[in-house]
Amino acid sequence: MEEDQELERKMSGLKTSMTEGERKTALEMVQAAGTDRHCVTFVLHEEDHTLGNSLRYMIMKNPEVEFCGYTTTHPSESKINLRIQTRGALPAVEPFQRGLNELMNVCQHVLDKFEASIKDYKNQKASRNGSTF
Amino acid sequence: MAAAQAVEEMRGRVVLGEFGVRNVHTTDFPGNYAGYDDAWDQDRFEKNFRVDVVHMDENSLEFDMVGIDAAIANAFRRILLAEVPTMAVEKVLVYNNTSIVQDEILAHRLGLIPIHADPRLFEYRNQGDEEGTEIDTLQFRLQVRCTRNPHAAKDSSDPNELYVNHKVYTRHMTWVPLGNQADVFPEGTIRPVHDDILIAQLRPGQEIDLLMHCVKGIGKKVARVANPRLDTFSREIFRNEKLKKVVRLARVRDHYIFSVESTGVLPPDVLVSEAIKVLMGKCRRFLDELDAVQMD
Repeated sequence: MEEDQELERKMSGLKTSMTEGERKTALEMVQAAGTDRHCVTFVLHEEDHTLGNSLRYMIMKNPEVEFCGYTTTHPSESKINLRIQTRGALPAVEPFQRGLNELMNVCQHVLDKFEASIKDYKNQKASRNGSTF
Repeated sequence: MAAAQAVEEMRGRVVLGEFGVRNVHTTDFPGNYAGYDDAWDQDRFEKNFRVDVVHMDENSLEFDMVGIDAAIANAFRRILLAEVPTMAVEKVLVYNNTSIVQDEILAHRLGLIPIHADPRLFEYRNQGDEEGTEIDTLQFRLQVRCTRNPHAAKDSSDPNELYVNHKVYTRHMTWVPLGNQADVFPEGTIRPVHDDILIAQLRPGQEIDLLMHCVKGIGKKVARVANPRLDTFSREIFRNEKLKKVVRLARVRDHYIFSVESTGVLPPDVLVSEAIKVLMGKCRRFLDELDAVQMD
């Protein structure tokens, strides 16, 4: 996605790691030299297409985003590079955060609808059988 | 008129051609289509989204999700297959194994056995922790010795008659409670899901004596947890020459049929709920990281 010569690894962002059992998560932000904060590559550790593709979709739905894409660096490495470029001067962190929030809202809604559906189905089945489920 | 229809098809349908599938990728992003407002709208999503349960019993569940994009539906499928936590044997301490099955093969087989324990009641084990405490580990003992049956008929050749304990099943596994687990979990609830899984076969004089540590984990080990089956769609119509030109097969893009089959540890609807929560957990983790970075 970007050439190494162009990149000057300006690690803006902590390499924090939180241990949660066997999984460490870390988030790094990498910016090319000479650009301002509106195009940034985020490196998400311990993640793969599961979060990458769904997050990319949510971020692309944001009209302020000019470009959003992700790649897995190598199948043996468990991390993804997610690049966001915004129109104008909006800092790239903002659509990233908004995408995460929106994805969470989607999941919450799916969960609510799903659990309601399951409850309805169980009730229907119980009333059809005439016995307690 | 035709143009509008074509655009609708491009946006909303995946077309099954005779030799391949077209229009696979989602294209309804803001700016791609003139006159359409494609920006993300939570209310519009909530209005159009629905879940219909088709069939449910204790081990399998089939339901439809309508109004969601492939990326997110696929994320749920991937999580169901590989990232819903379960309890499984991870470490095997072999005291004695004189069977014909090698230690590592035996350990591998034991790791695949589904254990009937609710993973939500356990914590992940800390890395580097050798012993394991009652809050993150379950212990099982497997001790079987095969002997010759003294009462067998002289000329019998049936192993079931000749030998005692020559087949090692999961029912031979006994649970060894740690700490206060005996109080928390009633007798008989912590066991392998099926008690008739054949682990190994023995002959007289051979013995298996080992201790298993079962921890909470995720990963391909438990890939049998769910079997989301892709819906198949008959393309037979293309064989018929005359019909070929008249018929156009297309699938609705945002309608997904999920078929989930559980190994028995958790009921399938709990599995799906947990999978959705796992995705939320991932988002929350990165949101927290972002907040931590921005605080400085």
